[in-house]
Amino acid sequence: MAEEITLLESLRRRGVSRRGFLKFCTATASLMALPPALIPRVAAALEQAKRPSVIWLSFQECTGCTESLTRSHAPTVESLIFDHISLDYHHTLQAAAGDAAEHAREEAMKQHHGKYILVVDGSIPLAENGNYSTIAGISNLEMLKECAEGAAAIVSVGTCAAYGGLPMAKPNPTGAVGVSEIIKDKPIVNVPGCPPIPTVITGVLAHFLVFGSLPELDHLGRPKVFFGQNIHDRCYRRPFYERGQFAETFDDEGARKGWCLYKLGCKGPITYNACATNKWNEGTSWPVESGHGCIGCSEPGFWDFGGLYKALSVPTGNIGSTAVAAAALGVAAGAGLAAMNRSKKQAAAKAHETMTVTDLNKET
Amino acid sequence: MSAEALLAWARGPAFEVALVIFIAGMLLRLFEILSLGYKTDLSEARGSGVQGGLRTLFSRSLPRPSILAKEPLRIINSFVMHIGLLAMIFLFGPHVAVFESLLGFGWPNLPSGVIDALSAMTLITLVVALMLRLNNPVLRFLSTPGDYWAWLVTLLPVLTGYLAYNHLLLPYTLMLALHILSVELLLISAPFSKLTHMFSFALSRWYQGYKAGHRGIES
Ligand code: SF4
Ligand code: SF4
Repeated sequence: MAEEITLLESLRRRGVSRRGFLKFCTATASLMALPPALIPRVAAALEQAKRPSVIWLSFQECTGCTESLTRSHAPTVESLIFDHISLDYHHTLQAAAGDAAEHAREEAMKQHHGKYILVVDGSIPLAENGNYSTIAGISNLEMLKECAEGAAAIVSVGTCAAYGGLPMAKPNPTGAVGVSEIIKDKPIVNVPGCPPIPTVITGVLAHFLVFGSLPELDHLGRPKVFFGQNIHDRCYRRPFYERGQFAETFDDEGARKGWCLYKLGCKGPITYNACATNKWNEGTSWPVESGHGCIGCSEPGFWDFGGLYKALSVPTGNIGSTAVAAAALGVAAGAGLAAMNRSKKQAAAKAHETMTVTDLNKET
Repeated sequence: MSAEALLAWARGPAFEVALVIFIAGMLLRLFEILSLGYKTDLSEARGSGVQGGLRTLFSRSLPRPSILAKEPLRIINSFVMHIGLLAMIFLFGPHVAVFESLLGFGWPNLPSGVIDALSAMTLITLVVALMLRLNNPVLRFLSTPGDYWAWLVTLLPVLTGYLAYNHLLLPYTLMLALHILSVELLLISAPFSKLTHMFSFALSRWYQGYKAGHRGIES
């Protein structure tokens, strides 16, 4: 259970020096794209910040988002933050199980009513009364509503919680939806990604700690600081795009030379995420750098975008057979029209009366 | 509807509908023209009709000096516009990818930057074309709503494509959706407007050339 101590106090107890704390503040500020001048403010705010209580609900998901989160490499911002928030309930990470776990959740909800942050990963199935996914006999839908009621804010972690994600892919048998489809009366931040970048998850929490508010959001409910950048605009392969040099297969000459992956289905041009600038695994690399196009994992609907390997400009339907059918239709209609025109012509020819000079000279 | 959903719709069902109307409509129009048939020419051939037809197909694509001298701006403008349009449609990498998916084979593309410059130029020629039409009393008198419509549905794909590529005005996703939708509008209108000339030009040139060739006229 969260004690009412400040973050600084908590860090001190863990033997983090003042210097270490300031380093942490600097990293947090740069993560949130704040100018260096604001670092003292971040430090002051974090010194005062209480460890927030966090309830983490995992619904219809693959645990990839939690996996991503735990791939933080100490002592980074994310590990610090997660050591110093009070994660009161997290199915995958907590030691308690069964009744004890549910009680922990109820306790936290009661004790921090109106103040806790609710983190959700996974989509919520609505079909069949929500019976597709239950925890301790409670449907995801019910549990979400229950926990959202006393939350200060909700963070939808991952594209499933944000926009429905892969469970929502056609034909969406479970009737999966994202959190914002259900909860309308609470501030919600979407941190999409399949999975989301760990530093982005913690960056949002850090923002909440420092400013006591949620960061500014874009039209899809994503924090602009992390999702304001277009992958394509930040892509180091962009010069090849400009020069029209595209890899045609994953192992051709172009691919080896690092050419643009557009034709191999890269969705970078319509994707907003921090990969191209933040990178993954402690800044090691990111998908496009490893030779695979961006699949647009932070965008709603990426799962139904007509295939991961279809270029963005290419139609998604079964165009070949459509074209053949259309051609057959056109030819048939054209032949019909031609026949009609011909019979008209013949009729006209038949009805035609030859004029003679006498006819022309006739006085009317 | 979100931009993402609009894009998915534009690339999916909407494109298929547009393609069906375009292909079926164009074939219908071509059949209609072909079914008019030739009048049997009973005169003795003084030259080869086929050769004449083939020749005109190409020779008429070049501006004729006499007309060029009369109205250089209009001729050159339209010439540049058509070249720009063709290059944009067929030589831009992402467009080649579309043809590849339709036909099963592709071809080399121009640098995207070159296409970008060409599209800026084509936009200018389209505006000039409209101004020339509006400023000439005779042309203006002869213009029908269909002429303006054809102009508009040609302009929109170029404009939206240019804006999308340069990330201007609207977010790229929405602009790309609008670009694809405007192309679909063009595809749907083509068989039923004067844009039919994208194919029928070949028939009429062939016809003229054939007749002239048959009569032994150098055209
Ligand atoms: S690889 Fe993708 S994101 Fe990078 S330039 Fe090419 S299309 Fe854009
Ligand atoms: S490169 Fe694209 S698909 Fe890959 S993680 Fe980043 S946003 Fe998601």
